[in-house]
Parts: sequence; structure tokens; C-alpha cells
Amino acid sequence: MAEQREFFFRRLHSLLGVVPIGIFLVQHLFINHLAVYGEEAFNAAAGFMHELPFVLLLETFVIYLPILFHAILGVYIVFTSRYSTRRYGFFRNWMFALQRFTGIILVIFIAWHVFETRVQVALGNADVNYSLMEGILSSTPMFWFYVVGVISAVFHFANGLWSFLVTWGITQTPKSQRISTYVCLAVFLAVSYLGIRSLLAFAYGV
Amino acid sequence: MAEQSKVTFIITRQDGPDAAPYEETFEVPYRQNMNVISALMEIRKNPVNSKGEQTTPVMWDMNCLEEVCGACSMVINGTARQSCAALVDQLEQPIRLEPMSTFPVIRDLIIDRERMFDALKQVKAWIPIDGTHDLGPGPRMPENKRQWAYELSKCMTCGVCLEACPNVNDSSNFIGPAAISQARLFNAHPTGEMNASDRLNGLMEAGGIDGCGNSQNCVQVCPKGIPLTTSIAAMNRATNIQAFKNFFGSDTAL
Repeated sequence: MAEQREFFFRRLHSLLGVVPIGIFLVQHLFINHLAVYGEEAFNAAAGFMHELPFVLLLETFVIYLPILFHAILGVYIVFTSRYSTRRYGFFRNWMFALQRFTGIILVIFIAWHVFETRVQVALGNADVNYSLMEGILSSTPMFWFYVVGVISAVFHFANGLWSFLVTWGITQTPKSQRISTYVCLAVFLAVSYLGIRSLLAFAYGV
Repeated sequence: MAEQSKVTFIITRQDGPDAAPYEETFEVPYRQNMNVISALMEIRKNPVNSKGEQTTPVMWDMNCLEEVCGACSMVINGTARQSCAALVDQLEQPIRLEPMSTFPVIRDLIIDRERMFDALKQVKAWIPIDGTHDLGPGPRMPENKRQWAYELSKCMTCGVCLEACPNVNDSSNFIGPAAISQARLFNAHPTGEMNASDRLNGLMEAGGIDGCGNSQNCVQVCPKGIPLTTSIAAMNRATNIQAFKNFFGSDTAL
């Protein structure tokens, strides 16, 4: 059993990427999308999430620890690969490289995002509300940084969902893997829309 | 033809396992229907490089000369493949030959594929039937299963899938696609199935199946068209189930 620790950690890494991290990402962008319906709608939803009972406990076990584990093992995985898209320019090889590239972007983006929002709220320098995000995103470089971060996160989730299905042996045949590629593409487009639409709402009030 | 045409080869050479690699160019007289191996044989006959200098003959590995042994794999114009099946007429010139970079080089184009055979040992890719008495005929295999298992049995351990895999390298201990598919082959066999859990546990050891990152280069490059990614996904499912059995089950035998 001790010999199989690596297998266990890799499977855990794959599982955590979808449950809970992937689910959290979708939920997060859903709530953000309320910004489109106006400041009050967003503030009500964000306030509700912030006032959930045992919120720190929930955040720790559903968000922080899984993401931390996923990020640390993920960075290790990134540096144990030899990238070969120039020699082998197949679609899946590109997805493989992009999955690792977006992973590195996300480590930076999420660290910054958590510092700028959750840490500042904890320190009492800010409140979880519409104007916090409005203030951050009114700067054009920050807006584009968030666009890249959100697209990377959604890509990493959608493509990760595809490889989750392979890693857990759910999609085995080439046909099922091809269809799940389309399904994951649809997930990518739909969730990206949610994320980008709410960024536009925060930044430009549209 | 008054003047004989020549074929140019740029070969990455290495004098020994620890020596530094270097390139050497050769001009080989063209013959109709020649393949890379027959060109290498020409160089061996007359080891003179394009500058007219006498040099050592280029070393390479070969055996069957009909793309079933896997020994003569090398990187030809950037693509890992068997040199016996690489026809000069179908290659862009100059033709570049390199050893497969995933494996330790012994000399010139000869590489050491030992890690592939170690991988087969790790997953016990055989059927243990040796004993002191006749075990009688084994169980029969359904015909439709035999048909797909036959495709898996075409693997010749040539190493092309490992060369194309981004996760088979010095900083990773991933077992590589070939041995995963072989574990599936022997687990599909009605007699081999009796030791299925041994092979799955081998795949779950450190440096096993978990290193796969689904780049799926292997299935694109396999010269035998083996459905390697289907095998990997099938073994992913089987090892996951085995892991649950090992942890929760009362009977870990199968």
C-alpha cells in the first residue's frame, strides 16, 4: 500500500480538481453573474455566501486545502513534463501543454486574487461587495489580468474535466472521448460567458 | 544516367554512452527502393563522410527488417519510427537520423530499451503456467475478445510511444504506454486473468500508470496502430476498482 502512495495522490489530485474545486469555480462564477442584474442583487448573494455558518471551516476544507494540494502537486507535474508541441502538434498534445500552462497562470492569478479580496476582507481593509470588485476592475490592466485569469481557470476546469473522465476510466473508447471533448468545449464556452459577462458588469457597469 | 545521384544523410552520432553527441554528414549513392537501413549499410561499407574524411562506421540496431521486432527505431526527420520501414524515396532530403532521445544512447543510433523490459516485469506481462505437472487446456477465449486482444499483441516494444510521450523522461518515472497496454492484453487472456490483480498492483506502484497526462501522442505515433489510449483508460478504470478492492474489500485476490 505504501508503494502506491503516488497513485493515490495523483488520483486525489484528479478528483479534487472537479470535486470540490471545479464545482466551486462554477458556483463562484454563477454568483458573480448576479452583478449583471445590478449591485443589490450581487451584494445580497455575496453577503449570503459570506454569512454562511462555519464559513471559515467551509472555506478551508472545500476551497483552500483542496486548491493548495492541487496547486502544489500540479506545479510538480508541470516540471516533470517534456513539452513537444513543435514536434508532435496533435490537438491533445496542445491541450496537454495548455493545461499545464494555464495551471501556472492560475497559481499566480489565484494567489493575487485571494490576497486582493479574501485576505483584505479578513484584515478588515475591505468588504465583500460590488464596489470592491468595481474598484479593482476599473483599472484596465487589472481588467485584462482578470480576463486572462478567468479564461485560464475555465479552460483548466473544462479540459481537466475531460481528462478526469479518462483518468477515472469513464470514457475509454475514442468515440466517447471525442464526444466528451465537445461536451467539455460547451462547458468551457458556457462558464467563460458567465465569468467574462460579470467582469464586464463590474468594470463597465454593462 | 551518366552521373549517379546521391542521398545526403545528417546523422547524430555519439561515440559512447558518456560521450558528447555530434553531427556527421554522409553522401550515399542512390539506389532504387532503398530504405534507411540499406543506406546505413552503404555507409558501413565505405565509412567516408561528405568531406571525404575516413571515419568510423555508423552503428545502429536491427533485427527482423520487416517492422515486427522494434529494434531499429530511430528519429528520422524528426519522427520516431522504424528505419527498416523508412523508404528513402518517401523522405525529404537531407535525411536526418538521430537516436531516440528518451533512451540512453549506447553508441550512435543504438539505444538501450532496458526500461521497457523492466516495465514489462513491473506489470508481470506474461502468463505463469510453468509447473511440475500438466495443467490441461486453459479456458477458451471469446472470438470478439480475441480480435481486439490480437491488436494489442502487435506491440513490438519499439519505444516510439515512449519517445513521443511528454511524460516519459528523466524527471518523471512514468512507465510509458506500451507496458500499460500489455497489462491489458494479459488481463484479457482467460488464463492470464487469474493473475489480473498482480498486474494491476504493478501498474499502481510508484512509476506506474498514474504518470499519464493524456497528451495522447502515443496512439498517434504507434507504428502498429495499437489503441494505446483506450488501453490506458481501460487500465485506469481497472486500477481504480482494484484500489477500492485493496482498501475496502475483504478479498484482494481478484
